[in-house]
Amino acid sequence: MTDEPKGEAPPEMNGDADNGEKSGWAAFMDDLTGVNVDWRSAVLVPVLAMTAALAVSVLIIVASDIELWRSFSISALGDSFGQAGSAMWALLTGSLGSLAAVSSTLAFAAPLILAGLSVAIGFKAGLFNIGAEGQMLMGGMVAVALGITIDIPVFLNVPLAIIGAMIGGGIWGGIAGLLRARTGAHEVITTIMLNSIAGLAVVWMLSTKFFQPEGRLDPVSEDIAVSARLPRLLGFLDRSDVRVHLGIVVALIAAYAIYWVLFKSTIGYEFRAVGFNPNAAHYGGMRVTWLYTSVMALSGALAGLAGMAQINGLLYRASPGFAAGIGFDAISLALLGRSHPAGVVAAGFLFGALRAGGIEMQVATDVPVDLISVIQALVVVFIAAPALIRAIFRVKTGEEIGQLTTGWGT
Amino acid sequence: MATLELKGITKRFPGVLANDQVDLKVSSGEILGLLGENGAGKTTLMNILYGLYGADEGEILIDGEPQQFSGPGDAISAGIGMVHQHFMLVPVFSVTENVVLGVEPVGFGGVIDMKEAKKEVRDISKQYGLEVDPDAVIEDIPVGIQQRVEIIKVLFRHAEFLIFDEPTAVLTPQEVEEFFGILNGLKEAGKAIIFITHKLKEVLEVSDRIAVLRRGAMVGEAEPATATENDLATLMVGRPVELVVNKETSDPGAAVLEVRDLVVIGDRDQMALAGVSFDVRAGEIVGVAGVQGNGQTELVEALTGLRDVTSGTVKISGTEVTHATPRQIHGHSVAHVPEDRQRSGLVMPFTITENVVLDAYYEEPYSHGISMDWKAAREKAADLVEQYDVRTPSTEIPASSLSGGNQQKVIVAREFGRDVKLVIASQPTRGIDVGSIEYIHERIVEERDEGAALLIVSTELDEVLALSDRILVMFDGHIVAEYQGGSVTAAEIGLSMAGAAP
Repeated sequence: MTDEPKGEAPPEMNGDADNGEKSGWAAFMDDLTGVNVDWRSAVLVPVLAMTAALAVSVLIIVASDIELWRSFSISALGDSFGQAGSAMWALLTGSLGSLAAVSSTLAFAAPLILAGLSVAIGFKAGLFNIGAEGQMLMGGMVAVALGITIDIPVFLNVPLAIIGAMIGGGIWGGIAGLLRARTGAHEVITTIMLNSIAGLAVVWMLSTKFFQPEGRLDPVSEDIAVSARLPRLLGFLDRSDVRVHLGIVVALIAAYAIYWVLFKSTIGYEFRAVGFNPNAAHYGGMRVTWLYTSVMALSGALAGLAGMAQINGLLYRASPGFAAGIGFDAISLALLGRSHPAGVVAAGFLFGALRAGGIEMQVATDVPVDLISVIQALVVVFIAAPALIRAIFRVKTGEEIGQLTTGWGT
Repeated sequence: MATLELKGITKRFPGVLANDQVDLKVSSGEILGLLGENGAGKTTLMNILYGLYGADEGEILIDGEPQQFSGPGDAISAGIGMVHQHFMLVPVFSVTENVVLGVEPVGFGGVIDMKEAKKEVRDISKQYGLEVDPDAVIEDIPVGIQQRVEIIKVLFRHAEFLIFDEPTAVLTPQEVEEFFGILNGLKEAGKAIIFITHKLKEVLEVSDRIAVLRRGAMVGEAEPATATENDLATLMVGRPVELVVNKETSDPGAAVLEVRDLVVIGDRDQMALAGVSFDVRAGEIVGVAGVQGNGQTELVEALTGLRDVTSGTVKISGTEVTHATPRQIHGHSVAHVPEDRQRSGLVMPFTITENVVLDAYYEEPYSHGISMDWKAAREKAADLVEQYDVRTPSTEIPASSLSGGNQQKVIVAREFGRDVKLVIASQPTRGIDVGSIEYIHERIVEERDEGAALLIVSTELDEVLALSDRILVMFDGHIVAEYQGGSVTAAEIGLSMAGAAP
């Protein structure tokens, strides 16, 4: 029968032959998180992928060095590698080398983690939310609208912004979920379309009197009230370059909340069941269509929070494209973090560090900040191709990344 | 006279010895029955023979010459042909197009020579008595004929050694008889045949020699002339097995399930159920026999809330549940063993614990309000694993790493492991080994003796005959016959299954 190869071919089993018997460290991690995960594979693959991506980036820096091609010599090659080395060093110091650097990493990480969680929870439920960018914009616009009209004490105004942004993003995500549930329209298509709609809607909104400051003709909003801004965590230092704000706390709380929802709550059990097998979920008495809608709404709410973190934590006003591609980086992030909240947090710190370090790298070494996108892309390529990692590093990486979403029209 | 020989084949997967020093030999004009439970290593062995896996040790000899297969292509050119259990046919192509797929006779300018292809198909079909219309489209012809197309495909590629993997699983009793005729025809034409199955009766009927595989090793050979089903079962399982279901005569009580004039539309907008009425009473097992695709799937889905009912009524214990949701039906103490355990019965990447609460996760004690109580779930899972003899190292491993029989036991444990008034079980023993079948049948009878009403749908006629107190036969969306269990033969039911008036 069909299941026979399964019984006979344990390569399809959960990673190593360690079922039930885990090493101390893995068992500790299981206890810590309360989940049974193949930790060796979950940690090893991303780390090796990152290593491989950085190595390839060094080669790209060398290969794109115009001086090297002008005078092709051993010493020029040495210079190029030297430059690549200082670029990598700048990447490191710019992200971790000082209080300001670390704080900048954390400030960048906050919206990345929130948007990454948004995509990750979609993956867990078998939905591919490409619309985090648009949901960020919609959530962020709600936060702007509240921030420029309401000025109440900070301990009320910030929660108001948080709730408003979640509702804004949630509705935008929920639309895609509802379309999937009611009409079967695939969320990949609808969220891409909704991204465009959101992007253009933001431009239109920012040219209305409600948002636009007097005397301005370009699409930009007024600044939000100071009471709506996410407080700087190290504000008492009174240093303008230490930018870490409450957003990172919001992100970490959100990550824990999502972890709890996924693995400890009944609805999270439903999300995961639907993600792996909608037929079995239906059989088990779950309302699959309702779940699709609620997952997309929750996913959108998290993306909305990411938009809020951009506006209320960093920019203090909206201009077109304030989501800055974070909603798309979020997809890589969720993949890198294996759709697990802890993984997303780790990946968010990494991408935040790359963004913070990338700026330093450009300033210090003339290597364009665009290289950061290349590194991120390479990480995803290596993650998506575990066979490649296996071949390069000669390691056994356990299971492949399973199916993340359901196919077209299913 | 061609001979195919496997010598000392060993194949290891991490943690498991799938094949252990297996020797096998088959010659022209001979049918070798290869018997074994699921997970015994039959499929691995055949995949090695077909070039899909490489063996860790041992060799494959054809006429004494060692062979090196690096893929099915090599195996095919060495004269090995495989008829898979799940047919590899393109549904919208004609018979001829399917047969020549990949090895098309090409005429001038790279154009496929369909005339030549059709002629060859006709020749093969005449030579071996495999009647088919070369122009028929696959999706329009019955499964039995589709199987013939698969055989023609293999013969078209000049196979001398034919491997059949569970060929009878999808056939009606009549089709099985015809299939055996074909097998004998091939044998007389000088082909060497390996017939893989776990059905004892069939292997005894058609084989010249029987080889039994258990836990990856060849545990013995048997002569069909002298061996009995019990001998083979013992050899296969490693302990004596009860092949007959022992049960007292039933003493039915009040009707638990009442179905009246049920009309249900199928996936292809056809009338899947065209007005079906029956009762299932407490303490009674009602078996539904029929060839796959005559409305049984839709019947079970409609009764369990998975499919919309167009008209008619369904009552459970007197309460109307015609349009109830699966959860409401579950609330009426109904156990549902679904037809396809991997498609809908289990979430394969979930652990046993997570699967055990699949349809009760929202109830106490597994959840309080919005939070799950995994401790309670783990305890329940540990209980059930012990009580239902699920072979697993832990309750925290994914269902996908269990064998088919153990997966089915997890479902049966989940569904029977609480108070149930009505059991609706579809193909409760499909594709699982004799030992597990025995076990699940015992549980079914036990539920009946405890007063539950049971509706068992199965395409295995033997199973329906063995279990049922009453038998309903479905054909084309109707119940065409009803028999009392014990007073009817397989042949009579077989005729009704084919649509003949009772």
